[in-house]
Amino acid sequence: MIDLVLLAFMALVAIAAVRIRNLFAVIMLTGIYSLLAASLFVMLDAVDVALTEAAVGAGIMIILMLATLALTTSEEKVRMTRQNLLALVVVVITGGALIYGTLDMPKVGDPQAPAHTHLAPHFTQHSVEEIGIPNMVTSVLASYRGLDTLGEAVVVLTAAVAVILIIGSGRARQRKRRREKPSRGETRL
Amino acid sequence: MLVAIALAVLFSLGCALIRAYLGPTLFDRLLAVNVVGSLTVLLIALLGFIVGRPEFIDIAIVYALLNYIGVVAVLRFFESGRFGASRRSGEEEPP
Repeated sequence: MIDLVLLAFMALVAIAAVRIRNLFAVIMLTGIYSLLAASLFVMLDAVDVALTEAAVGAGIMIILMLATLALTTSEEKVRMTRQNLLALVVVVITGGALIYGTLDMPKVGDPQAPAHTHLAPHFTQHSVEEIGIPNMVTSVLASYRGLDTLGEAVVVLTAAVAVILIIGSGRARQRKRRREKPSRGETRL
Repeated sequence: MLVAIALAVLFSLGCALIRAYLGPTLFDRLLAVNVVGSLTVLLIALLGFIVGRPEFIDIAIVYALLNYIGVVAVLRFFESGRFGASRRSGEEEPP
């Protein structure tokens, strides 16, 4: 019941965010969207995912988007283009194929699902001997799929470097401009 | 009882969403985001008691902190129009 209401709110917020042209309002709406998503994750008992969603989606993302707005404008240019029917067909077909693919997946929480019949028992019974970390989640995250986690860390590092370069370049340009102004005045004098 | 309270919170969440969508000025929207954040904190705390896991209150507290940081960031954006250079312009070393 509550999760249905939350899902409906999320859909409404997403539609509103697409329709509104003022980018500042859109940023506010995406913040609301991720807060709603976080409470939905709490409903689904995925507390750690919810914390990440709230920290990244409602916290960091709003700040980064606002920093971007500070460098650009806050109004979206509306360009009227012809509605592309072929794109709609491709999207519908792809979505239908993806939904068809999910039909083969085991049901949520099915005890006979492959993940529960051989992977989970192995991790719960042998991970302490094999890895030596008492926390199972940590041993899966940092050892069994350690390369994957390393890749994630590289992606996050790359994104952070890119953001720092973009924001920092604007700052450096300003400083340069400020430095140039008084020197020009001196030459006139 | 708790479910009724949760539904009431959801209703006021809906009202805040309407304000965020209609809101003529940006401050209405900012306030709407703040209200949604506070109501989310309430909702998560309530959910903890409905599901029978009162330790969800910790998460609600973390959300409250995040909400605060977000609003401060947005207001600072309003105040200065930018994030980076305005504060440090005084510390600039001579060329």
